Amino acid sequence: MAAGAGSRLRVKKDAEVTQVEFVDRNILDEANIQQIGEEIGRIIDAGPKPKLLISFANVDHLSSAALGTLITINNKVKNKDGQLRLANIDPQIYEVFRITKLDKLFQIHESTERALASFA
Amino acid sequence: MTLSLSLIIANRRGEMDSAEAQVLDVLDRLNYPASSKHAVRLALHEAVTNAFQHGHKGLPPDEPVTLDLRANAHELVMSVEDRGPGFNPLSVADPTLEENLEVPTGRGLLLIRAYMSDVTFNPRGNRMTMTYKVPATAASPND
Repeated sequence: MAAGAGSRLRVKKDAEVTQVEFVDRNILDEANIQQIGEEIGRIIDAGPKPKLLISFANVDHLSSAALGTLITINNKVKNKDGQLRLANIDPQIYEVFRITKLDKLFQIHESTERALASFA
Repeated sequence: MTLSLSLIIANRRGEMDSAEAQVLDVLDRLNYPASSKHAVRLALHEAVTNAFQHGHKGLPPDEPVTLDLRANAHELVMSVEDRGPGFNPLSVADPTLEENLEVPTGRGLLLIRAYMSDVTFNPRGNRMTMTYKVPATAASPND
């Protein structure tokens, strides 16, 4: 379900892991990217040692600004001694991670199931 | 067939969306494959965003940028020109170095260079010209 009216995210939370999916197929617009960063920031701030899984299942296009927001999210999760996983990245989008070498920074899994199994 | 487009784009979401839609329409008319449309769309978005965010730093927010595009079934050339003083592309730090991986900015030009066949700047540094060559196996026979 969406996190709230006007949210750019669908959020599912179980006992340990918060799963996030994007509402938009194109994560390009600066205002939307800023909103996504703020919404996920609030999820990270909500508790200690956050375990966060971000799924890109619906995403067709991603800009460098969106990558920047993901890096900021990763830094926030690390600062709280949490864990971040990315999953379901389309090959066209994965290429953007590979070119920028961010495939080395993020823990990326091919499916939600594998990402969930990887949390310590 | 050669198609061309000249647009003046203001820093408003509707205008940027409209410009991207008009460019994608040109690519559709030339039967560009999905991978080429992804490459051109990403490069265009990054170039226009850079022009507004960096090229126009300190300028009034209503200053527009100019897009000139010319394309056939095999090759596309597009220029994005801002009204700022220009910048030195060599001054951009390499975001793929390990010490820069956690820095959230500075990847736009890297992506443009990766997806385009050639990228050049005018001497002033306020106009970027990007050339994209459609992969031979994907080119339409109609040009």
